[in-house]
Amino acid sequence: MTPTHSPRVLRNLSAIGVGLALGILALVPALARSNPQAPWTAAERTMLKSLSLSSLAPLPADHSNKYADDAAALRLGNLLFNDARLSGNGQVSCATCHSSEKGFQDNIPLGKGVGTAGRRTMPIAGTAHSPWQFWDGRADSHWAQALGPLESAVEHGGDRLQYARVLRQHYRAEYEAIFGAFPNLQGLPERAGPVADSARAAAWARITPARRDSISRVYANMGKAIAAFERQITFTPTRFDRYVDAELAGRAPTPGDNFSDDERAGLRLFIGKANCVNCHNGALLTDNHFHNTGVPQSQDGARADSGRATGVRAVMASEFNCLSHYSDAKPSDCGELRFAVTDGEELVRAYKTPSLRNAVTRAPFMHAGQFASIERVLLHYDRAPSAPAGHSELKRLGLSGTEVRQLAAFLKTLVSSVAYPAPVTSYTP
Amino acid sequence: MRSLIRSTLAALTVATTATLMTGCMMFMKPPAASEFGRTRVGMAGVYRATITPAGDTIPQGVLQQWTLHLETVAGAPVDSATVTIDGGMPQHGHGLPTKPLVTTVLGNGDHLVEGMKFNMGGWWVVKFRIASAAGADTVIFNLKL
Ligand code: HEC
Ligand code: HEC
Ligand SMILES: [Cu+2]
Repeated sequence: MTPTHSPRVLRNLSAIGVGLALGILALVPALARSNPQAPWTAAERTMLKSLSLSSLAPLPADHSNKYADDAAALRLGNLLFNDARLSGNGQVSCATCHSSEKGFQDNIPLGKGVGTAGRRTMPIAGTAHSPWQFWDGRADSHWAQALGPLESAVEHGGDRLQYARVLRQHYRAEYEAIFGAFPNLQGLPERAGPVADSARAAAWARITPARRDSISRVYANMGKAIAAFERQITFTPTRFDRYVDAELAGRAPTPGDNFSDDERAGLRLFIGKANCVNCHNGALLTDNHFHNTGVPQSQDGARADSGRATGVRAVMASEFNCLSHYSDAKPSDCGELRFAVTDGEELVRAYKTPSLRNAVTRAPFMHAGQFASIERVLLHYDRAPSAPAGHSELKRLGLSGTEVRQLAAFLKTLVSSVAYPAPVTSYTP
Repeated sequence: MRSLIRSTLAALTVATTATLMTGCMMFMKPPAASEFGRTRVGMAGVYRATITPAGDTIPQGVLQQWTLHLETVAGAPVDSATVTIDGGMPQHGHGLPTKPLVTTVLGNGDHLVEGMKFNMGGWWVVKFRIASAAGADTVIFNLKL
């Protein structure tokens, strides 16, 4: 027996059907919020794809450093990164603060070398993708960046002539194989450089400009070798990446990589209501730009810190920037510097957006370790307090306790090991 | 008592203003799709401008070059104008991450714009302020990234 319906009944039924469907459609966004297992929309999938490590662009060329991808420079850089003879007291190397065992950072509020730095040590992984280095972007390449801590009185505490002597004594063959003949240092003082120490600064001023230039050239080359090493410090895929890649390929994630309800809800908040993805975007979860997010002034760092406002002035004036005499770039390769915003209120207390890869392992958080826990970080984003100076870009979020927990759960899926070139034990040209 | 009332009133005014202001920012909606064209006429109706980004889509997070074509509304190409560029994200209350400039006049109304960059997704506004013998005008482009 076939069911019989009059056409009118059918029409009515289909009208009810359409009505119901529309009703359900209207409810979908609400359902998605309450049902963490709701499928990702097309727009969300596009967003997820952009955040996966699989979408990371190839390592960008550094035109300012012609040795950036040179294998011998990388080996020398690896040695220099770990060499404490490159310091005022013979005890501090880059690795003192950027420890490979801690993802190239140190888990303390302010970096500690010969003295105490004014800000928190930044992890190095992935920063070859950034046009700016430091929290305030006061260097525009890895090699120029490396030359900052080396002559800082509170970090390595040495000077460029001292370092040129260390290189000449211990790495001459390696150096000359890459950069050519080592300059003659005879008749020069033991220590000299444009540093805070007045005796060494005065000694530097007494050296002829031509000899100063040849010492600064050795110094820049040291930076270029260290940069060749740093470029190869990279992030490896996290559970988040494996989950997204499986999701986009339409296969089930392997059991350990599947997301819990909290993790999915946290991810949905991250790319939705909580606006995190405005700044923490792309495969490294950073826009590599500067924002004032109303982070309080550091309690320990007594001096006022105006962030990018002073950082941009420093990079424009730097003797080692992309347009400088020591750079290998053509002016047309220096777009970021040439078109940088150099003034305005937006730069005040603006800091570089950190990558959120491994962020949860890097307590204390922010540029001077102002926040001890991820929960405290999320509370800050929820409340969006006004900034100690300048204007915060944040807006209040109105997160529930559950939502805070979900965001924290999601951030914990962004953890993986950092890959880096194996330590060099002996040098073989 | 009176001062208490006064300060309460003052506090209320501040709070209301603050709510209204943040409200405005948050509820500011991007304009209709028809306002997102690559050819636009200036606010004062003096110039018509066309932007041609290198490549079809506008990428996020990298410096890019655009060609800006300028002509009077009557269709005469304009080569001798002073052009300044600014913009930002109205919903986020910030400007452009870079300071783009017209670096070369290519001729026949075409100008090379360098240093253009957009560091996040959403609704962006780019304003070209143009001045020449034909007059002063501002041409505003809306972009969706
Ligand atoms: C005393 C601890 C200390 C030492 C030693 C040190 N750093 Fe740092 N490093 C820091 C701190 C602190 C910052 C952030 C400073 C700032 O923004 O003002 C930083 C920032 C950086 C950055 C920027 C990363 C980014 O995301 O912008 C790189 C790269 C870096 N250091 C590499 C090095 C290299 C190479 C050396 C050795 C030549 C070195 N550091 C020595 C503490 C240290
Ligand atoms: C307006 C841009 C912006 C938005 C939106 C934003 N962040 Fe940030 N984030 C930053 C900047 C800039 C810093 C560094 C600030 C500082 O140190 O002063 C930062 C720091 C962090 C840190 C600390 C990382 C570290 O290494 O110390 C975490 C964690 C973090 N953000 C998570 C989030 C989450 C979660 C959201 C969404 C609720 C979010 N961010 C939204 C720009 C932003
Ligand atoms: Cu924005």
